Amino acid sequence: MRNPQLNKHGELQHLLTLDGLPREIVTTILDTATPFAAVAEREVKKLPLMRGKSVFNLFFENSTRTRTTFEIAAKRLSADVVNLNINTSSAAKGESLLDTVDNLCAMHADMFVVRHAASGAPMLIAQHLQHTGRDDVRVINAGDGRHAHPTQGLLDMYTIRHFKHDFTNLTVAIVGDVLHSRVARSQIAALTTLGVPEVRVIGPRTLLPTEVEKLGVRVFHDMSEGLKGVDVVMMLRLQNERMNGALLPTPQEYYKIWGLTADKLTLAKPDAIVMHPGPMNRGVEIDSAVADGTQAVILPQVTFGIAVRMAVMSMLGSH
Amino acid sequence: MTELDAEALCQQLAAQMRPHVTPATALVGIYTGGLWLAERLHTELGITQPLGAIDVSFYRDDYASKGLHAKPQRTEITFNVDGAHVILVDDVLFTGRTTRAALNELFDFGRPGVVELAVLLDRGGRELPVAARYCAHTLAEPLPRSQNLELQRDEDGQLTFQLTQTPAVER
Repeated sequence: MRNPQLNKHGELQHLLTLDGLPREIVTTILDTATPFAAVAEREVKKLPLMRGKSVFNLFFENSTRTRTTFEIAAKRLSADVVNLNINTSSAAKGESLLDTVDNLCAMHADMFVVRHAASGAPMLIAQHLQHTGRDDVRVINAGDGRHAHPTQGLLDMYTIRHFKHDFTNLTVAIVGDVLHSRVARSQIAALTTLGVPEVRVIGPRTLLPTEVEKLGVRVFHDMSEGLKGVDVVMMLRLQNERMNGALLPTPQEYYKIWGLTADKLTLAKPDAIVMHPGPMNRGVEIDSAVADGTQAVILPQVTFGIAVRMAVMSMLGSH
Repeated sequence: MTELDAEALCQQLAAQMRPHVTPATALVGIYTGGLWLAERLHTELGITQPLGAIDVSFYRDDYASKGLHAKPQRTEITFNVDGAHVILVDDVLFTGRTTRAALNELFDFGRPGVVELAVLLDRGGRELPVAARYCAHTLAEPLPRSQNLELQRDEDGQLTFQLTQTPAVER
């Protein structure tokens, strides 16, 4: 079976997950994002590529950063952007996801940017479009359940490449709540695809998926052990809203053991960079001194996210 | 087409332009061949304005049908475009569509005073009202559409023309 994200010529048609995406396509997206990043320095921060196209931001879950950067990216490509506030929409009145999609297609949507609490929702939409003969409509996954957040994974790779230049000699640690994190899954897929020789995950047993090592990572339950000699520290947000059980003692205790402090960061390489997908819980998974420190590249991540999303949209946007 | 001497044409083009440029004239090369040529002219003509480079991938009119071109490069225009005398430089002038795209991109950086076009070779086949102010050679007969003519640069920096057949199914 062919990768549902690719068309019969092997070109990207939808962006649903980084898992199984060929290395050449990942690299092409990163390469394409570089000239898009330069557009932000211009007087006129706009390119004509998607003039006349309609992009629908379908956010069934809250988001500020991701929705805003997708909106800016689409607008810089001259697309018309419609943001759907699902809380006040027909979904709240009981309309099904696919009925919503059909209605928006009837309004001549060209692209859907979808965030949904259910893993697989963007894939369901892509399959539905294919079955109903609307192959020209594109879907970008902006985060689905615990499954994937591919543009976040890509912007993280862009950030690492920007600061470290090469993936093939790096040790990268992903720290924290991997269990609930679609970001971590996309990061692991991208890092292994790009040839990072050592990917570590660090966290308490209750917040790591069972058999996580099968994803090709080294598992550490000791923060000090795991951070030793790493080039990149990727922190994850503690996802309190997805927890419904006694997975943790208290945030204070979590911070004491798993929070990234300046002290713990000294175990990593002196030139290690610190990343966070946001929003940050200061004093829970990361200390303010680190988040605002010289090794943090958290705000560049946000800026690069626009260029990476422009690259993805423009690669999908032509028919 | 190999009888065309790109190096000699380069000298002719520089000679044509010399009376009309000052050190403050801005040259902008269009990737890839046009940029190589512009680098040459920039030195030959003793221009002090920083050399500009345009990749028209984001402004092409065939994006909707052909998609984004592979490996777009970074457009770099560091001089102040407002009121400037700008000469766009390309290797081969064909349909005029690349020039149109480059003009659109240039205007997103400001409002130039005068824009001119310099090319090494005019192969005919224009589809837009575009003409080169400076042109070293015009082919007597337009080249068939099925043929692709572009500049190559070897390791020593020597410029030559290369003629190839366009693949039947163009990406």
